[in-house]
Amino acid sequence: MNYDIIVIGGGPAGLAAAIEAKKKGVDKILVLERDRELGGILQQCIHNGFGLHIFKEELTGPEYAERFIDELHEMNIDYKLNHMVIDISEDKVVTVISEDNGLQLINAKSVILAMGCRERTRGAIAVPGSRPAGILSAGTAQRYVNMEGYMVGKKVVIVGSGDIGLIMARRMSLEGASVEAVVEIMPFSGGLNRNIVQCLDDYDIPLKLSHSVTEIRGKDRVTGVTISQVDKNLNIIEGTSYDVECDTVLFSVGLIPENELSLKAGIDLSKQTNGAVVNENMETEVPGIFACGNVLHVHDLVDWVTEESRKAGAYAAEYVLGGCKDSSSDEVIRTVAKNGISYIVPQRLRKDNLHEEIILYFRVRDIYYDRKIVVKNKGEVIKSVKRRHLAPGEMEQVKIKTELLRNIDIDELTVEVSEEV
Amino acid sequence: MYDIAIIGAGVIGSGIARELSRYKLNVALIEKSNDVATGTSKANSAIVHAGYDAKFGTNKGKFNVAGNKIYGEICDELNVPFDRIGSYVIGFDEEDMKTLQELYENGVKLGIEGLEIHDQGQVLANEPNINKEVLGGLYAPTAGIVETWELAIAYAENAIDNGTELILNYEVKDINKEKDFFVITNGKEAIEAKIVINAAGVFADKINNMLATPYFEINPRKGEYFLLDKTSKGLVNHVIFQCPTKMGKGVLVTPTVDGNILLGPTSEDIDDKTDKATTKHGLDYIRETALKTTRSIEFREVITTFAGLRAEPSTHDFIIEKSPEVDGLINVAGIKSPGLSSAPAIAKEVVTFVDDLMGSLEEDPTFNPNRKARTFFNELSKEEKDALIKENPKYGHVVCRCETITEAEIVDAINRSAGGRTINGIKRRCRPGAGRCQGGFCGPRVIEILARELDVDPKDIALEELGSEILTGETKEDC
Repeated sequence: MNYDIIVIGGGPAGLAAAIEAKKKGVDKILVLERDRELGGILQQCIHNGFGLHIFKEELTGPEYAERFIDELHEMNIDYKLNHMVIDISEDKVVTVISEDNGLQLINAKSVILAMGCRERTRGAIAVPGSRPAGILSAGTAQRYVNMEGYMVGKKVVIVGSGDIGLIMARRMSLEGASVEAVVEIMPFSGGLNRNIVQCLDDYDIPLKLSHSVTEIRGKDRVTGVTISQVDKNLNIIEGTSYDVECDTVLFSVGLIPENELSLKAGIDLSKQTNGAVVNENMETEVPGIFACGNVLHVHDLVDWVTEESRKAGAYAAEYVLGGCKDSSSDEVIRTVAKNGISYIVPQRLRKDNLHEEIILYFRVRDIYYDRKIVVKNKGEVIKSVKRRHLAPGEMEQVKIKTELLRNIDIDELTVEVSEEV
Repeated sequence: MYDIAIIGAGVIGSGIARELSRYKLNVALIEKSNDVATGTSKANSAIVHAGYDAKFGTNKGKFNVAGNKIYGEICDELNVPFDRIGSYVIGFDEEDMKTLQELYENGVKLGIEGLEIHDQGQVLANEPNINKEVLGGLYAPTAGIVETWELAIAYAENAIDNGTELILNYEVKDINKEKDFFVITNGKEAIEAKIVINAAGVFADKINNMLATPYFEINPRKGEYFLLDKTSKGLVNHVIFQCPTKMGKGVLVTPTVDGNILLGPTSEDIDDKTDKATTKHGLDYIRETALKTTRSIEFREVITTFAGLRAEPSTHDFIIEKSPEVDGLINVAGIKSPGLSSAPAIAKEVVTFVDDLMGSLEEDPTFNPNRKARTFFNELSKEEKDALIKENPKYGHVVCRCETITEAEIVDAINRSAGGRTINGIKRRCRPGAGRCQGGFCGPRVIEILARELDVDPKDIALEELGSEILTGETKEDC
């Protein structure tokens, strides 16, 4: 079997990429989805707040997904549900298994990686204590409550203030559970400000910043946790610990791009993003394999996933239709995260393939007020933009007109948070 | 009336049940938990030790060496993954090197084959990631790794297939000796048996004391561990021990049969025989100490931490004997490390006690020593995978994406004898949830499959023991 483009994952990233590639003139596109329906994690995000940037209106997760699913159907793009990709080779042979078709090998001219991410777990951050029932990651709890129709507890402590944790604080409250606290080890929340207001403040749920859950108790079911204050080095401050009774602990302590397949395809991952290293076309270091959405780096809003994935779809189409620069070009500008910046995507810009405008996506490391984002080449300012407020929970972007980069000697673009206003 | 009641379905009790199932005997395997292998058997280092560190003349020394010799054969019969990867005890100073020499000499006395002292160059050639300050190591080619709990589960399954009766959720509260039989009770139902075999792990002293004068104590000694993601594979190739201390064999770094890396254990005497909580000081200690073995450990690769309890006997040696006081009671107690290594040999020894007590044992001609092999779908070739899905489409449904575990494998794990009935039970039998997402994605699907196969409500599916159900109700129920 042969396709021009195979999109791995039918969530928001995969859907947007497939639709865009079709619009650009690629005919044979196949979306492979492991779950029983398209839409990915959006289907369990039944709250609103999606689409403000892309559609200029507030949609729920399933509504947002439905717009793309409808478009996919209208455009007659092939997709397969309950199909799990188990391997991708460097020469873009995709191995997929399903109950209906057994094991199939499908050849693609181009592959778009859109597998999304998974949640960091209690185990990964090694919270001491026992391991009874009642310990779940927030997204798993969300699935049980919103899609399966089950409650997972009545008295809840949430560890970490990622967006899913904040959303679940409200959701559990609406279902009659008592949310005792959201406990965040950092001095700031990893979630969106609007979620802190709408999901915690509006429900009188305390957000304990610079606090950590230092022990989980309970033999069969969780019976309580110990919460302790931490100093600026995240060490427990003695004498600050107190116990809270609860039957459930939900973890919202970060998302990790799911790149096990990317590794099989020989794609190197960035230590900063845990996603592939990509160029200005969202193309990985394996020519013809593109990546977008949360498998590339964790986004704050699905709107930006859509924006990025449309790009990946368009450039994959360009690659298939033959209009694409050979990605082996080694004349590259590297993007480098400096002071206050934790990562930048894309990591490489090919000098001979610079589009009219470059968009750099990044996150900051801390909360800042009234700062500048400064892009530099060899210490010289290329672009500088003011920001009244910066937070690690919110993805930032800076746009650079390519004409600013022409005719100058440049190997590295650095991005930093600068004090000077 | 049973001929024999075995109390405790860990690797020791289940192993004894399996060896006894070779004979025409009516055997009950009694377990207080909701599954077999949930005590010490589910949380240990999963090492089959070569056996050099137990002193010559002790039960530990005798049974470890004997157990190691027959491990390959037992694991073949029961289709349990076992890999003789060899072990190193590494030394960092002259004192350590002296200890290695002593261990070597003790091992030779015990009849362990292939022991060698390697110099720094040899150690680093075989283990390039370990600390360059290593001076040398004691190499033991007969050491191996095994799935922590699978031998216990396999023993129980094979025993049941050969006629043993498994009784779960039966906590022995009292035992009385009648004229020539015992009456065991959990406070509700009585079980009668002619012989009682006490394999109750950390509670073995309690069981003995129900019938006999206390003559040993079992104290829980906690060991905490880190498990690293399979992406750490290759960090070390052998089981790497640091030099032993009074409290045990020290912190080890080892591959697991599944391809993960295991770090641990700590060694801490505690009071509570049910306390399996990890602690900050314990985990901190492993972090520090394991780094002495290799600085290449990436703690961001940790996928879980856990703790187990060793059954530390006051006698400091395995207690494997017919009770000196009560005729018909056999104590198999204090089976701490190297208990997993010794289990196959202990099981065979206990059969000789039963033979003594009952006169002679008659072999059961229908005994089948083999346990049906598990399918490891992920390890098959593409052709084999395709063929298997065509034969059973449920192999085409990947439930656990981290470990690539299919619905067919989960259904098989549920429907075997001594099958899994809980989330953790299924995880132990075929690994959904044992990977890097720790069941975040597959948890809901495993509950769904368990509920369907066992024909119960999803709300009744427990994580482990009764009372550890995951779902607490339906939404919009009674808020």
